[in-house]
Amino acid sequence: MMGEEFVALSLPPMVIGTCAAVACALPGNFLLLRRQALIGDAISHVVLPGIVAAFLVTGVIAALPMMLGAGVAALVAVALIEVIRRLGKIEPGAAMGVVFTAMFAGGVLLLEQSDTSDVHLDVQHALYGNLESLIWLDAFGWSSLFEWEALKGLPPELPRMLATMLFVSAFTWVFWRPLKISSFDEGFARTVGLPTGALGLSLVIVAAIAAVAAFDAVGSIIVIAMFICPPAAARLMTNRLEVQVAWSVVFAVISAVLGYVLAGYGPLWLGFDDAVSAAGMIATVSGVILGLAAVFGPHRAPVGAAAEG
Amino acid sequence: MLWEAMFLQLGYNATLVTIGAALLGMAAGATGVFLFLGKRALVSDAISHATLPGVGLAFIVMVALGGDGRALLGLLLGSALSAGVGLLCVSWLTRATRLSEDAAIGAVLSVFFGFGIVLLTVIQSMTAGRQAGLETFLLGSTAGMLWDDAVVIALGGAVVLALVMLLRRPMAAVAFDPEYVAASGGDVRRIELAMMGLAMAITVVGLKVVGLILIVALLIIPAVAARFWSERVGRVVTSAGALGGASGWIGAAWSATAPNLPTGPIIVLVAFALFLVSLLLAPGRGVLAAALRHRRFQRRVHLRQGLLALAQGQPIYEGLTLRLMRAAGHLRPDGVATEAGRAQAARALLDERRWHLLRSDPRHEAAAARYDGLTPLERVLTPDQIAELDRQLRPEGIT
Repeated sequence: MMGEEFVALSLPPMVIGTCAAVACALPGNFLLLRRQALIGDAISHVVLPGIVAAFLVTGVIAALPMMLGAGVAALVAVALIEVIRRLGKIEPGAAMGVVFTAMFAGGVLLLEQSDTSDVHLDVQHALYGNLESLIWLDAFGWSSLFEWEALKGLPPELPRMLATMLFVSAFTWVFWRPLKISSFDEGFARTVGLPTGALGLSLVIVAAIAAVAAFDAVGSIIVIAMFICPPAAARLMTNRLEVQVAWSVVFAVISAVLGYVLAGYGPLWLGFDDAVSAAGMIATVSGVILGLAAVFGPHRAPVGAAAEG
Repeated sequence: MLWEAMFLQLGYNATLVTIGAALLGMAAGATGVFLFLGKRALVSDAISHATLPGVGLAFIVMVALGGDGRALLGLLLGSALSAGVGLLCVSWLTRATRLSEDAAIGAVLSVFFGFGIVLLTVIQSMTAGRQAGLETFLLGSTAGMLWDDAVVIALGGAVVLALVMLLRRPMAAVAFDPEYVAASGGDVRRIELAMMGLAMAITVVGLKVVGLILIVALLIIPAVAARFWSERVGRVVTSAGALGGASGWIGAAWSATAPNLPTGPIIVLVAFALFLVSLLLAPGRGVLAAALRHRRFQRRVHLRQGLLALAQGQPIYEGLTLRLMRAAGHLRPDGVATEAGRAQAARALLDERRWHLLRSDPRHEAAAARYDGLTPLERVLTPDQIAELDRQLRPEGIT
């Protein structure tokens, strides 16, 4: 398992999955505290029409226009949710449900109507990605990690996902205090002069960037799972935000690595021939972690319940 | 072609699908109202995504028992079981931990869906059974639907619809005020369970037609759209059923007219179009009605303020006020008050003075609460009460 084959076939997807998981889990912490956890769900649904529209406009499957299209679609969705919520005086959950289902339906219809038979673009791919195919053919063992020629053959998703993760981390680090204050007490944040509206919007935009980049590499199911499960599990471990974010990163990394290993090697250990979906397995592992945290987490008790020991 | 499809002239199969989808839409719309009123619309999203592992497991079990694994009833039974487990997980996470309901919903939907995807890939590598077609549960597919499948869907929709009608009173009470229901001896948990059970039944029945990703739209969109049309629960339920049924009917018929029109997304888009119409045009809560109401109010305020200014001999500069007063004949085009305008102005001023007196008198506290600067006092007090007021007004004199 640790030989050449591992470096070429398993290491890149594992690293990409880990970066995607961390990039989504970081903003997920704040979305969870703001009770906007389902924004991630909505964004990952509306990414589909954005990508299809970008394909129809440019006619090629290229990363940049598709990510732009997805980003625009995410912003349109957020704006639409807000407009419908205000105009119709509807609760946010229902407004979200109206918008993302309609946009997803529009995306599927566009996809069916356009001639995409000769390109690799379909709903299944959008939902659970294709992590397993992101292999590094130029690698011949661990030493390849230090050879420029071989590194150039890395799947392009890897540097992109790494950059996204660094960007999201930088955003979290730079805006740590305002984010923390406004997530816990929006009224207080406004009183001390923080631009809470802009802060909330930029958090959603960063979440959308993470979602779109991760979606391109790993499919939307990991995106939704990583936005919610690691932060939720971390929330049950501690009362301190710093510690919660650290836990969520740990959980995200464990989910990505363990999920990938279980999907790729688990069936072989059990005597089956074929690997199972890595994206699905990563989501499943994150759910198991959340379940364990919900049963054993030291700070799992509901607010107002008697504290334990 | 479209009209033929609408009136069920497009052959046996299309007719089956259309009727099934209409019944499903009606049942989903009516059920969704109670979720929406209880502010729990997105719970249905968790339910629908949680069906996937059940579909996969049911297939595996049926193949293990020697079948070909595609019996619709078996797959639906499996999906109902796993949706039920998902629902229990949501309520357990919300009750037993500090997580809020939306986090629980998101966690359950992503994890169950992810596990379902794992099972689908397991099934793909199985040699036994005819696995082709399980993916159609993601987005629904009505192509090649069998008579038995259509009967299951139509019957399921009808049963759910009947149950909603039977349970609508307790469900409405719980959606609005669970504390009241609990205080008056109702079993809130059981009624909520029934509500969720109905949503689950809709999801399961709709899997084949609309698919599990979009079925949540049928539970949310018609209910939200219907809310614009009425303030009464009974009517909202009826109109949500009508809107949902219309979406199902039109969508299914439309999608039968061409090969590249997938049924589920078309139904959802028709529902969304009906929602937009409701949002804009519904009387009362619609955007257009609200805009008109705002404009009428604005005009009344401007007219009233203009008349008061006129009566007190103050100049009017405001453009809209001047335009409105000219249009009403209170002012001549050159800005000089007409006879009728001066009479109106005097009446407005008298009304304002009466109100002023009324509001300074504690005996008229109840009437004074209705002061908004617009309502004439004649609508609030009886003529002899006004005469009584006028007697106190007289010392200052009436202009």
